[in-house]
Amino acid sequence: MPDIKIKPEDKPKLRLRWLLKMAWRDTRRNRGKLLLFLSSIVLGIAALVAINSFRESLHDAIDSKARTLIGADMVIGMNKEPDSLALALVDSVKNLGVRSDENRLLSMVYFKRTDDTRLVQVRALEGSFPYFGSIETEPKEASRTFRQGRRALVDHNLMLQYNAQPGDSIRVGEMSFEIAGALHKIPGQSALTATVAPAVYIPRQYLPETGLMQRGSRVSYYYYYSLPPTVNPDTLGKRLDPRLEEYGMFYDTVETRKKSMGRAYDDLARFLGLVGFVALLLGCVGVASAVHVYIREKLATIGILRCLGMSGKQAFLIYLFQVLGMGLLGGLAGAVLGSIVQLVLPELFKSFLPVDVEASFSWLAALQGILLGGVVSVLFALLPLLSIRQVSPLITLRASVEHLTSQKDPLRWGVYALLFLFILLFSRWQLGTWWQALAFAGGVVAAFAILAVLAVGLTWVVRRFFPSHWGYVWRQGLANLYRPNNQTLLLTVSIGLGTALIGTLYLVQRTLLSDVAIAGSANQPNLVLFDIQNSQKEEVLQITKQDSLPVLQIAPIVSVRLDKVNQLTGADVRKDTTLGIPPWLFTREYRITYRSKLINGEETAAGEWKGKYDGIQALIPISLEDRYAERIKVKLGDTLVFNVQGAPVSTRVAHLRTVEWNRVQSNFLVVFPEGVLEEAPQFHVLMTRSKDDAQAARFQRRIVDRFPNISAIGLDLILQTLDEVVSQISFVIQFMALFSIATGLLVLIGSVNVSKFQRVQESVLLRTLGASRRQIFSITSLEYLLLGALAAATGLIISIGAAWALSVYSFKVDFAPVLWPLAVIFVLVTLLTVIVGLLNSRGILVRPPLEVLRREA
Amino acid sequence: MSTILEIKNLAKTYKSGDRHLTVLEGINFTLNAGDTCSIVGPSGSGKTTLLGLCAGLDRASTGSVILNGIKLDNLSEDERAQVRNQYVGFVFQNFQLIPTLTALENVMVPLELRGERNVQKQAMELLGRVGLAERHDHYPTQLSGGEQQRVSLARAFSNRPTILFADEPTGNLDEETGEHVEQLLFDLNREAGTTLVLVTHDLELAEKTQRIIRIKGGHVVSDTGAPEIIATRDAEQ
Repeated sequence: MPDIKIKPEDKPKLRLRWLLKMAWRDTRRNRGKLLLFLSSIVLGIAALVAINSFRESLHDAIDSKARTLIGADMVIGMNKEPDSLALALVDSVKNLGVRSDENRLLSMVYFKRTDDTRLVQVRALEGSFPYFGSIETEPKEASRTFRQGRRALVDHNLMLQYNAQPGDSIRVGEMSFEIAGALHKIPGQSALTATVAPAVYIPRQYLPETGLMQRGSRVSYYYYYSLPPTVNPDTLGKRLDPRLEEYGMFYDTVETRKKSMGRAYDDLARFLGLVGFVALLLGCVGVASAVHVYIREKLATIGILRCLGMSGKQAFLIYLFQVLGMGLLGGLAGAVLGSIVQLVLPELFKSFLPVDVEASFSWLAALQGILLGGVVSVLFALLPLLSIRQVSPLITLRASVEHLTSQKDPLRWGVYALLFLFILLFSRWQLGTWWQALAFAGGVVAAFAILAVLAVGLTWVVRRFFPSHWGYVWRQGLANLYRPNNQTLLLTVSIGLGTALIGTLYLVQRTLLSDVAIAGSANQPNLVLFDIQNSQKEEVLQITKQDSLPVLQIAPIVSVRLDKVNQLTGADVRKDTTLGIPPWLFTREYRITYRSKLINGEETAAGEWKGKYDGIQALIPISLEDRYAERIKVKLGDTLVFNVQGAPVSTRVAHLRTVEWNRVQSNFLVVFPEGVLEEAPQFHVLMTRSKDDAQAARFQRRIVDRFPNISAIGLDLILQTLDEVVSQISFVIQFMALFSIATGLLVLIGSVNVSKFQRVQESVLLRTLGASRRQIFSITSLEYLLLGALAAATGLIISIGAAWALSVYSFKVDFAPVLWPLAVIFVLVTLLTVIVGLLNSRGILVRPPLEVLRREA
Repeated sequence: MSTILEIKNLAKTYKSGDRHLTVLEGINFTLNAGDTCSIVGPSGSGKTTLLGLCAGLDRASTGSVILNGIKLDNLSEDERAQVRNQYVGFVFQNFQLIPTLTALENVMVPLELRGERNVQKQAMELLGRVGLAERHDHYPTQLSGGEQQRVSLARAFSNRPTILFADEPTGNLDEETGEHVEQLLFDLNREAGTTLVLVTHDLELAEKTQRIIRIKGGHVVSDTGAPEIIATRDAEQ
């Protein structure tokens, strides 16, 4: 007998080329199924490629058009009237180059043609700004001609809204201007900022005559510089920064604007990228499920190959190559689709963008998409692929042999770790910080875990408490949830995750909008007058009463600055950063009030509010908003020194308040008691509530006519503006969420479709044994109804938790759950599951059993 | 004559819940190069389990299987796969062709697994030998049962095995086709000098082998030359 042994050197080589060939050969009769699994990742990849391409295009655009971002080499600004020192500083910079000056303030304008008033941002410009880029107007020459007389440029949307034409007259304060043209674009302003505060440009020399520069008026001062090439604006800015900060001024250069803008848009792109990533993850669930079923169908082939001498590793590699190939193809399809989608993104984002962005094909984003397709497919297919190594060749002799023992495979834990690591690293790449990435990855894992536990729990409960006395159809439908080859886990996770995502997006959007809408509820003011001077107060009150409007609140407002916090000055705080007090607290201007009582929406958080200063105590007891106190690191009993128009006023923190900021009323960080500030320069704010638009318009016209410096703003306008802004943002988010929803639908179709094979044989057997079509229909409907309903309900519960966390921790608003839309989502998802389930099973219902058996075989 | 297969005290037990189910016990026999042997017995007697153990598709609970001098008992599944690829051929009742491969590719697989070159020519010769050269590019579903089993025969001999295991090779075929396949199986076996182990219900087929091992309830109840079995059957009748 020859002594033949298996020696290490005899071990067969992997023969990668041949394995690749086998992988290709083996796809021959399964390309349709593989395409199905590929389709589930296409949309997620497309979303990511589109967003990342767009991000690149945006960066390119910002780089190439950087100088038009601010229209000058450098801009210095401040939100209060510059004193002599500040003026000396801005003049010293002027000596280096050319300067344009601009004042900005909110004011009412009056359109004579339509007899309408509207709050706008008045910008009074002097000089030849912009130095880079141009002001786009209609007619074109208006950007030049408006500077040559009493002419104004009016935001083109306002022109449309009030049916104004060039040549019409518009009144700003006490002065009328001829409209020179419609303003379409000016360097530094995006369409969104124009929506929030539409601008009216007037020549600066006429500003004093408008009468808008009253005491207390909130006027900003901007100085635009064109500097010679020998002066580096950034070096200059850095050198001036300490002094600018000291005077409460700030500066911007092309570089600083590029950076801050890049960051802002990166944040947006990251968030949208994350929405795309969720779509991809959802698709990955589809990949995992499709590969799982695919491998089950391949067991016989794998058994034969093992029988003929193929090693477990070789068999594993054949299917790994197939998955990788399909993943790369999916990535390629996604990259192509994403590159097409990104062409529409500049249009979609138009209102947010400060510069025109031309979409261009990004090789990097496309390559990332293709690779990502390969990587995610392999990663998420690894779990089912691992089981290939465990397939016994005995399957060739007995089909009933238990072939898979992969549950005990220790490598599964390695795969779980790899999956988590991938999600974490990818989130880190998209989000930019580790803690955000951890929170996101943790959230995804938690959602998966909750749904998986629920699915396992459901099968256990149904099995444990099986209603054996129920009718046949119910028993059969319920039993489908736990019998071998059931799809409970897969469908619950994929449907549940999709529903959770859709629900979260919807709830967050509703919360953001409802936070605004709360303010519009009954008995809340809907009309605010501000900049009322002391001398105008009585007459304004009189007009209000004459117009039968209630005075809901009238609050005096005094502008002050903070000099010291517990004896620390701004300079001290700047020197010692460990104090944790932000230095800007000392440079900003505060608008504070005085009154004896707390108002609606305020509650005592600590201390006691006496409301009247008795003149005996050395330190004036004041009330602070509690979160503001936290920010400036003070507590009850601490001392603050305010600068009231040049006079130092020493105070003691005697009271802390919580404030409902979303109420339409004047809310204040600092409240003084009565008996201190009555003689200080001040103006007033009045809140009222009109019955309808006509009454509000009439009242506003009367006020503006009599006191052009007083501004009136209707809540309707605020709501309308916020609604426009939120709608624009939510439209973009919804556009991205569409990818997730479509992917969820594909995964659902895929999941139900792959489970079809398992259901066909049972259903055909039942039909052969005499079950009616109706019975099969009922059994199938019941199974998918239970799965759809349970997954949707769980998904929605998860979405409530996620939306709550996002609202409270990310958007810092009170969570406002709206239940009926969730009920609609629940019904829709459940119905969709049943419909897709039934559509996939229709072949069994309408054909004779034998035909179906032959086809499926 | 060299020993190709040696079975010593072979037993196979399955655990089913708390119970242990013994499917085979105390099996001993030896086959030499070129022997032909049938394993016969009623359904559930353990024939297929024995074939699986002999071919290295499964592991025995106790006892030994020595195939071509290699003790299979302690080999891993991958090592046993290598042994199968080098020394074993298979023919199955339900053909077990890979549905995504053409007839030619199915025959080529064992050779390709060994890393051999110019395998297409060898495979085509074998397909010609079973009369299917012209249908080499057909997929299994495009072939009749008899044709599929002929492809399966060509594949079984493609790696020039020292031992061939056939599990009910004609069980799924009509009588005429079955006879044709039988004829081919024995002809090819004779030409290649392969040891043949046949599992069958069909005593007429078993008669065509030199030796018949009869199994009942997991035990060998007789191990005789074919004529003796026939004589016993005639006596019983």
